[in-house]
Amino acid sequence: MSGGAKLNVRVAEVVEVNALIKRFRFVNRDGSPMPAFSGGSHIVVEMDDSGTRRLNPYSLMSDPEDRAGYEISVRRDDAGRGGSLYMHNHVKPGMEMVISYPVNLFALDSRARKHLMIAGGIGITPFLAQIAQLSHLGGKFELHYSARSKPLGAYMDRLTQAHPDRVHCYFDDEQQTIDLGRILSMQPLGTHLYVCGPKGMINWVLSTAEKMGWPIHALHHEEFLAPGTGKPFDVELAVSKKTITVGTTQSLLEAMEAAGVDAPYLCRGGACGQCETNVLRCDGQLLHRDHWLTPEDHASGQKIMPCVSRFEGKTLVIDR
Amino acid sequence: MSLDFKPGAFNGFFRDETFRDDFTYRNSPEGIRRFPFPFDRDDYMYSVNMEPHTSGRKGSVFEHTFDVDEHYVSEMIDRAKVLAEDPLRCQSLPHMTLAGWDLLELIMESKARDYPQWFSLTKDGNRWHWINRPLGIDQTFTFLDESTLPYGPFEYITRQTQGDFSLQDERDNDLWMDAGMITSQADWSLDFDIGMSFMEWHAPVPLAHEKGIFDRALKFLLKLQHGAPVRRFNWTMTVNPLLDTAPETYPKWGPTRTTLSQDNMGNKMHLRVELQALFRLPRSNAVAFSIRCYLGKFEELVTVPKWGRRLHRVVRDLHPDLAAYKGFLRNRDAMAQWLSAYDDGKPTSPGWWPED
Ligand code: HEM
Repeated sequence: MSGGAKLNVRVAEVVEVNALIKRFRFVNRDGSPMPAFSGGSHIVVEMDDSGTRRLNPYSLMSDPEDRAGYEISVRRDDAGRGGSLYMHNHVKPGMEMVISYPVNLFALDSRARKHLMIAGGIGITPFLAQIAQLSHLGGKFELHYSARSKPLGAYMDRLTQAHPDRVHCYFDDEQQTIDLGRILSMQPLGTHLYVCGPKGMINWVLSTAEKMGWPIHALHHEEFLAPGTGKPFDVELAVSKKTITVGTTQSLLEAMEAAGVDAPYLCRGGACGQCETNVLRCDGQLLHRDHWLTPEDHASGQKIMPCVSRFEGKTLVIDR
Repeated sequence: MSLDFKPGAFNGFFRDETFRDDFTYRNSPEGIRRFPFPFDRDDYMYSVNMEPHTSGRKGSVFEHTFDVDEHYVSEMIDRAKVLAEDPLRCQSLPHMTLAGWDLLELIMESKARDYPQWFSLTKDGNRWHWINRPLGIDQTFTFLDESTLPYGPFEYITRQTQGDFSLQDERDNDLWMDAGMITSQADWSLDFDIGMSFMEWHAPVPLAHEKGIFDRALKFLLKLQHGAPVRRFNWTMTVNPLLDTAPETYPKWGPTRTTLSQDNMGNKMHLRVELQALFRLPRSNAVAFSIRCYLGKFEELVTVPKWGRRLHRVVRDLHPDLAAYKGFLRNRDAMAQWLSAYDDGKPTSPGWWPED
């Protein structure tokens, strides 16, 4: 079964957090408690955007022990394909929606002596749930959180109030930057490092830590890719015996689903590997955008991740 | 040796029987009909045999998330005896406590839902009240507070649940066996395997690595989702209804393999079936693996004509490397000879159900 178990929920609350971010709270339609989850988990939210089915992943930010509901925060992306715009413009309290069970691709390492967290912008959301979980279990953490400006620093107030000694905030418009080298050099043995934010930040944090000799297994990151837009292209589905066209604001996975093909998926953000598909013939250029395949896989031209990657050229035949 | 529970419920459903010494274990006629015969065709080879662990036929071992059968109370007494002799059969590394709570919750909620006549769970916030009538347990405790239970959460609940359990932490794109309650194992050791990764603990298995079975199985398990458990079968052969065939006690049971004859084969030789289920746990993101062992005497199984025919063919034709790994290569010919009396050469229907 593609996508795994689902939850039928109702939108209980929509809160405007700042000029760019809205928070949504989901509760079970039948009033039963939500499943517990682990900090760092995400859900996939299904949307019916006037006939176009969109499924976007969002990190759960609420306290995992709050079994009454789940909360996510969505940053509006005016140039995106429309998922965040749909959430901002159309999702209202009382609406019924379908979400996936939580999946965790950004789990805390339970053996860590300390958790060092680096967040950029909306990348704060998984850390909110992790910090709540660590607070219940008595785990040690330190958070460095940078935002463009004070008004855009979502949840900073609540974090600094609850954990004044452990949370450090930085603002781009005040030319404040995270002094990463110093922070990394001060950590006790057994610390694990977690980063979630824009791609540039993730690369900077991981490469700095690696250069300083941090072991790879102590480094964790999460980056969801929006599938991105591109030129339309045709794909032949060898198993289903169909030829489909992938539209400009559609992903290959979405186009397959729209054609009634049941393709596997979990994260829909190029991270989990579930939708990996063999390429049978390719006369043109695969536009790989995932983090799952190795650089060798990308170069080989024999695999594609339909949730985020695209194609330009004459013929593409895939094994689905 | 003292038991920490007061079994009072042998009357009626639960059998009073032993898995050691005089070996009084056996299946009732109803127990035989619901035996999870693992062969859906006349031959066997390793494969990535996994299917969703959803509720199956009524009365079958698939009906409920955790099957509780007529052997429940006696199996729990046997487990307590094994643990009294060797406490290292239950281990949980410090970072696995949360996963233990997850498993406790899963088992208590499932059993209270599926068997309300035997188990009940009531919650007042984190204050939980658990009643296990067959074992005579009535416990009030605080969820997530270890000090309120007589054992850690993992040991507490697996002392009350049939089948072995291991808990796997997920890190670095791998699974690590970091906790286990292992007292009814087919010749492998928790004390040896604890802390190992998926490929490390599977290292002794023949042929499956070369076939890429473990690569695919691990990839699949890393994607296992909460709310969507899966199950698979494994099987082997055991002389006498001995649950605890551990490497640690091999000198006690290994030699029984030389005691078989055509006269005692039907009573002594047991098909040992493991119904294994895999669950993603919610708070810890760990993977729970349950290994539920069912023992069926040859003489019990051949009362189902389809199973008699099929068991003969599987045993006769099994790849010698598998027969050697499963520990019955030396007895295979004698087993096949005994079983051949129940194989008239007629075709068998696909699937494992007795009547189809
Ligand atoms: C986390 C889950 C799992 C655990 C903890 C586990 C554990 C084990 C252990 C301890 C053994 C005995 C190895 C020995 O001889 O020392 C074993 C055997 C084996 N496992 Fe797994 N296993 C798991 C999942 C799987 C899965 C998903 C497959 C699917 C293909 C699989 C296939 C096998 C096979 C074929 C054997 C050999 C069994 C025999 O022939 O008796 N295992 N496993």
